[in-house]
Amino acid sequence: MTKALSIRGLRKTYDNGFEALKGIDLDVSQGDFYALLGPNGAGKSTTISIICSLVKKTAGDVHVFGKSISDEPAEAKKFIGLVPQEFNFSNFESLWDIVRNQAGYYGLPRKLAEERTEKYLKKLGLWEKRHDAARMLSGGMKRRLMIARALVHEPKLLILDEPTAGVDIELRRSMWDFLREINAQGITIILTTHYLEEAESLCRHIGIIDQGHIVEDTNMKVLLKRLQKEVFIFDVAGELPDDVTVEGFDARRVDEHSFELTIDKSLSLNTVFERLTQAGLQITSMRNKANRLEELFVGLLAKGGDTQ
Amino acid sequence: MTLREQWIAFLTIVRKEVRRFMRIWMQTLLPPAITMTLYFVIFGTLIGSRIGEMGGFSYIQFVVPGLVMMAVVTNSYANVVSSFYGAKFQRFIEEILVSPMSNSIVLWGYIVGGVARGLLVGLIVTLLSLFFTELHIHNLWIMIAIVALTSVFFSLAGFINAVFANSFDDVSIVPVFVLTPLTYLGGVFYSIDMLSDFWAGMSKLNPMLYIVNAFRYGILGVSDVNVVWAFAMILCFTAAAYVYCMYLLANSKRLRQ
Ligand SMILES: Nc1ncnc2c1ncn2[C@@H]1O[C@H](COP(=O)(O)OP(=O)(O)O)[C@@H](O)[C@H]1O
Ligand SMILES: [Mg+2]
Repeated sequence: MTKALSIRGLRKTYDNGFEALKGIDLDVSQGDFYALLGPNGAGKSTTISIICSLVKKTAGDVHVFGKSISDEPAEAKKFIGLVPQEFNFSNFESLWDIVRNQAGYYGLPRKLAEERTEKYLKKLGLWEKRHDAARMLSGGMKRRLMIARALVHEPKLLILDEPTAGVDIELRRSMWDFLREINAQGITIILTTHYLEEAESLCRHIGIIDQGHIVEDTNMKVLLKRLQKEVFIFDVAGELPDDVTVEGFDARRVDEHSFELTIDKSLSLNTVFERLTQAGLQITSMRNKANRLEELFVGLLAKGGDTQ
Repeated sequence: MTLREQWIAFLTIVRKEVRRFMRIWMQTLLPPAITMTLYFVIFGTLIGSRIGEMGGFSYIQFVVPGLVMMAVVTNSYANVVSSFYGAKFQRFIEEILVSPMSNSIVLWGYIVGGVARGLLVGLIVTLLSLFFTELHIHNLWIMIAIVALTSVFFSLAGFINAVFANSFDDVSIVPVFVLTPLTYLGGVFYSIDMLSDFWAGMSKLNPMLYIVNAFRYGILGVSDVNVVWAFAMILCFTAAAYVYCMYLLANSKRLRQ
């Protein structure tokens, strides 16, 4: 089946010479709920903006439901609804006009455009405010306005760039419910976030981006499982045999004096040492193996903890 | 997009543009009406009667076409420059950039918005002038063609200005330092016959002279310049500006980085 989104070798060098994307490959299947997770400055918004034709790519290919954004831009754009990171509507226009005009930009005839505007303003809880100027809205409502606007042409792919940044917990939960509902109706969703919790609770697949590279692209469950494991390096007295075996563990020889063990975080270290003793190994020291993904996550988890 | 979808998208921009300048009519329609009425009072009634004839017409009759044209030029320009720059500044230009509309639809939407305001203000000013003088139209088609073409050209110019503007100051620089002086020196208030050869020659380098005179020819039947030549020039300028605007829409880093 055609991918909802397919990115190959995507690069972006901004005019000031900064290379924000250093060759990204990414696939998102139809119907997926995909998280693009990464710290600030990782390149999430740049990626999203390129997909939506707001930023020009330096190299690479982007296909949306099989349509190239360079060769068939109008076709590709029709599939996408974008909720950007920064507010980007006219402060002086009414909610009705903003959503209604967006429908017009996609060529929806008047009657359909008005029906859809009503439908999505109601769905997002903005109907009562439809005659207000957008500047009168609270932050959370502005975000919802952008969601209504993104949905009015009923895209197959909804992209949200940090949709819950600066939104309070309660609102965040109701937005999550709404996105789940939309996804259940068959709309593919991609969202960027720097909250691991958000990605974890919503998404089936996850791409982790850092400094313009995709460092991980996997199933959420697999990732969480991997994060449940830790690798330790043990140094031993005397020389190790060529083949280290520790019952119940995956052990790898590093050199004649040390080996690695992958250990589930839920397991007590006492058990580990019992097994090591059984294996006849004399441990002189142990340390944690540095892991880029792990470090990244500690950072993301720390950030997710506060309510910035 | 199908032709019908493109048409709907185009109308959406036009309607939005027209509603914008109608909503803020106190900033868009009222000021030119007041300024031009003052010109009519001063040049028509107070000073005009002492100046006597110019080009075979009473002074007020002579200046009305130029003043109407001045209103059309400044309002077409102002509409597009402030609307498009505002969209860039508040970032809602992105609503258009993410949509499947083609660049020519976007551009024509803004042009027609500018032309709508230019022509509406032109009409208001013309109607106001009728309180002070009578106008006999010499050639309606020339008059309409020149006013429409000029309005298109200055809408395009406003668009270019908006793409390059980095602040609201940049939006007013061109109207204040370029458009107004060129218009004043473009034979709105005098016939270049009255100037020395040198200044008459210099005036012929001013594009506004051709616009004002071609329009005056449409109304009064007199002109300081060859009207065909004036048309050809405006047409060339307009075509060049259009091509450049399309280039900017497709390539400008100020719209898409
Ligand atoms: N217009 C720009 N010019 C130069 N550098 C930019 C521009 N936009 C973003 N960057 C840089 O590119 C990097 C990625 O930015 P961005 O995609 O916004 O990251 P994220 O959305 O993951 O926080 C950052 O280091 C940022 O400073
Ligand atoms: Mg971002």
